Amino acid sequence: MTTNPLLSVQHASKRFGAVIALGDVSLDVGVGEFFALLGPSGCGKTTLMRLIAGFETPDSGRVLLGGEDLTGAPPHCRAVNMMFQSYALFPHLSVFDNIAFGLRRQGASRETVSARVAELMDIVQLQDFGARRIEQLSGGQKQRVALARALAPGPSLLLLDEPLAALDRKLREETQFQLKDIQRRLKTSFVIVTHDQDEALALADRIAVMRAGNIEQIGSPVEIYERPASRFVAGFVGATNMIEGVVAHDDGAWFVTPFGRLKRADCVLPAGARATLSLRPEQIAVARDGDGVAGVVEDVAFRGETTQLRVGVAGRAALRVSASKGEGFQLVESVRLEIAPDAGVLFAETE
Amino acid sequence: MMRGKLSFGQRAVLGAPYLWVVVFFLAPMALIAKISLSHPAQARPPYEPVFSLSDGLAGSLAKLQTLSLDAYRTFGEDRLYLDSYLTSLAIAGVSTALMLLVAYPFALAMARAPRRLRPILIGLAVAPFWTSFLIRVYAWIALLKDEGLINHALMALHLIDAPLSIYATNVAVVIGIIYSYLPFMLLPLYAALERQDPALREAAADLGASPAQVFWRVTLPLSLPGVVAGCLLVFIPAVGEFVIPDLLGGSETLMIGKTLWTDFFANRDWPAASAAAILLLVLLIGPLLVAERARLRAEGKPT
Repeated sequence: MTTNPLLSVQHASKRFGAVIALGDVSLDVGVGEFFALLGPSGCGKTTLMRLIAGFETPDSGRVLLGGEDLTGAPPHCRAVNMMFQSYALFPHLSVFDNIAFGLRRQGASRETVSARVAELMDIVQLQDFGARRIEQLSGGQKQRVALARALAPGPSLLLLDEPLAALDRKLREETQFQLKDIQRRLKTSFVIVTHDQDEALALADRIAVMRAGNIEQIGSPVEIYERPASRFVAGFVGATNMIEGVVAHDDGAWFVTPFGRLKRADCVLPAGARATLSLRPEQIAVARDGDGVAGVVEDVAFRGETTQLRVGVAGRAALRVSASKGEGFQLVESVRLEIAPDAGVLFAETE
Repeated sequence: MMRGKLSFGQRAVLGAPYLWVVVFFLAPMALIAKISLSHPAQARPPYEPVFSLSDGLAGSLAKLQTLSLDAYRTFGEDRLYLDSYLTSLAIAGVSTALMLLVAYPFALAMARAPRRLRPILIGLAVAPFWTSFLIRVYAWIALLKDEGLINHALMALHLIDAPLSIYATNVAVVIGIIYSYLPFMLLPLYAALERQDPALREAAADLGASPAQVFWRVTLPLSLPGVVAGCLLVFIPAVGEFVIPDLLGGSETLMIGKTLWTDFFANRDWPAASAAAILLLVLLIGPLLVAERARLRAEGKPT
């Protein structure tokens, strides 16, 4: 992306015994960027982050920070800080001393330490908590202390390992906005590791979707969502319908499915190729009449702004469709599904 | 506020441990305390008065009045006891401090060893307990004496010209105590170190702490409960130790355990020996109670 990335991981690989944790991973993170490593558990995202922090050494490849090769440098010599999933707060130290830990290791003066700690407690809204002990804090407060502690030494890059995973749903949404806000204000690059696609989509400027030790796609949340590079990405990020079928070329491109021929705007795949069409629920327009695919409403789930329908179609298939609020579809109602020729993404059957 | 609302069954269950303490700990202590207030006698038992159920109330009261603190008064007059206490505390203190230095790296290595190796290492640490304590202390005589294995080896290596006189000195007693009590120091330290979350050390390193700083700022402070437990577990029995100073010590080794033994069996002055034992108990329990109170206060503070 940028000409001078802050962090550059180049062809990093890592195996633990027979297990390949990282295949061949390369990525760049820009200055002030909010970057997410997204993937299911065991995809290597945590290993990649520990590699950047210096807790693991890559078997091959390099990690550069601000153009400087970090490979082999121990964690305490890196201008990278990490917020641990378990928070890893020091139980024998007060909130103040936890946040001051990194500053004191830098040899900051007493005045500098107290000024900087006060500033951070202000940022994470824990102004009067300096003297508290860690076990006196709630989960959300611990999370904020962990964030303040990791930010205190002023790292150019902050790594966050599942920072919101331990919070309950309501708190998580609030904290998401705070996190984004803090990141924007401090202009520090954040690299967040998460298995939660909503979190990655909501927070990150760019996302790397990982699978089995490799990066499947790097892109903005919109790119990842609308133009997934692989069937895996399409299935992992957001809800989607995976429709299997065969490509046909006669009088334009067609995708032949068990429930009918769908017109395609264009298709690079040859005729007769087996393929999968990924269609988001909102890319299917549902109506009571018209000449779309015929179907029957099998399930209705109210979701506030939208209503999620499951519509049974020919060939014993069912499609997830999102209808807007006012429509009021009923169970076993007959509907027509309209699918635009440019909707969705078609993947060749190679996986 | 719950008090007074407990059923008989609940009281009985809660009372059982107290009963245990009373029968097996407090009752023998009371017996010793009573002997310490008696007078030595050339009889069997070697002290009087002896209370008996046949005395009746009047007889018991009369005997009660003959009890005195005479045995305790001798402590002020006889330097032997004071010297014994001081030497015991010094030897136990030095032994405990050195043992901590020996055991800490051991415990750290055990706690950081691969998980599947740890039970084996613990087994090896307590393996010496499978043979008699007495025989193991005897073995140290063979190692430490002038023509013993250690002196032979050092002379063969030309590190020393004349044998080191270790055997029958306080140094030998310290070595013996360190060797014998090591597992009692090792296991609490290991327990404290093993349950430390490795993420804490990583967090410290991540925040710029060098490996040495990680140890001094995180590992050591978090293991302090283990250090305190290990030191108490070792220091208290070491103060009253009898066998090791008897076998490895010399004439200069004046430990309270040995003095007690002499009083009980050689001098047959049971009241004096009992009084010395009670005083030792007070000396040891005092600091322990203070430490325990401080710990409870520290724990109670958050809530």
